[in-house]
Amino acid sequence: MKYVDEFRDPKAARRLVQDIIERSTRPIQLMEFCGGHTHAIFKMGLRQVLPEHVQLRSGPGCPVCVTAAADLERSMAIARQPEVILTTYGDMIRVPGSQGSLQEARAQGADVRIVYSTLDALEIARTHPDNKVVFLGVGFETTAPMTAAALLQAEEEGLQNFYVLCLHKLTPPATRAILDAGEVRLDGVLGPGHVTTVIGADAWNFLPEQYGISCVVAGFEPLDILRAVASLVDLYEADEAAVENVYGRSVRSQGNRIALEMMEQTFTIGPAEWRGFGAIPDSGYAIRETYAHRDAARVFDLEIPVVTEPKGCRCGEVLRGVMEPSECGLFRTVCSPRTPVGPCMVSSEGACAAYYRYGAEL
Amino acid sequence: MCLAVPTLIKSIDGQNAQVELGGVERTISLVMTPEATVGDYVIVHTGFALSVLDEKEAKETLAMFAEIDALANEDAA
Repeated sequence: MKYVDEFRDPKAARRLVQDIIERSTRPIQLMEFCGGHTHAIFKMGLRQVLPEHVQLRSGPGCPVCVTAAADLERSMAIARQPEVILTTYGDMIRVPGSQGSLQEARAQGADVRIVYSTLDALEIARTHPDNKVVFLGVGFETTAPMTAAALLQAEEEGLQNFYVLCLHKLTPPATRAILDAGEVRLDGVLGPGHVTTVIGADAWNFLPEQYGISCVVAGFEPLDILRAVASLVDLYEADEAAVENVYGRSVRSQGNRIALEMMEQTFTIGPAEWRGFGAIPDSGYAIRETYAHRDAARVFDLEIPVVTEPKGCRCGEVLRGVMEPSECGLFRTVCSPRTPVGPCMVSSEGACAAYYRYGAEL
Repeated sequence: MCLAVPTLIKSIDGQNAQVELGGVERTISLVMTPEATVGDYVIVHTGFALSVLDEKEAKETLAMFAEIDALANEDAA
């Protein structure tokens, strides 16, 4: 078993679609939280094969997209400090800020380097002892453990010149914020498979218990997503709310204990600023006092200018699931992957980029 | 950032493993999945294995699809 082709069988996919069509009797609106799901759904043209009354909305699950403008400015201000090498995952480098992107800062002389892993950032710190190496920690519970691991490793090695600007975020509080705002009606949530690999399926129990809606945790292959949609339809038709896990090959109910422990050791949980949402309580990981000497936000205490969102950009509404990318006036006219105005067009996980690439008239 | 594909572990050296990702040999960390062994498929995120894929669970999921198909064929008959 290679865990890929087996979950792409077209015959089984057609059968699942048929099942959904047969069993679904009333309108249902579902949200996929995860940008990886958004990308997969568009790539396989899933929205077109589902009946019209089974609606999928894209959620805020694109880490680059939800990074607040002020945090982006802070990362740029740090990158411009003398002796700093700013290391970051690739997607962040092209997000436009008020004074350009990190890519443009690099063209102007800042040392900004793309890394695949926090392990690479540590290696840069080891080989550049005279520089201050800052890792830009962006992402949800899927990448936060790697930042935690790097902090622990740097401490163990006594690596003096390694810092983290910690912008990591938690997904359940954002889901809660969408439901609390009441701007979009949701009848079920497609649970993010890899986030839930870390946090465990039990972390979604609040959805049925407090909001009366189901969450079905799904993998990223066509059959995984269709199976989850079918389960959400079945639960809705039966007037039931529950958490189900159809990605059992990776997701366990308690998550990855080691990853969670590493985060517990290095992070505290507090409010965080999300693009499109503002501050969401208990939605951000911050570096614990014990590791304050590695916290770039504290070590480089810089004045950050007040920033405004790009004019006309509707990323906020898109992230909250209130608006489809094609409803934005800039979509395809001014804003494209080559000349993105907002972050949702930059990242491959962004809804605007997925619409642009795989067709907007959906 | 949450996209990841199942990746086969080719060899293990302490906390690190050699895998092939997109045609490129890479070293990944097994610090979060110490139970992984050579021949296992793991979900890799930014250089770290996050889970070891459970073959039994995967087979059960696939069996469920086969069952749906069998039921459908019965209906048609």
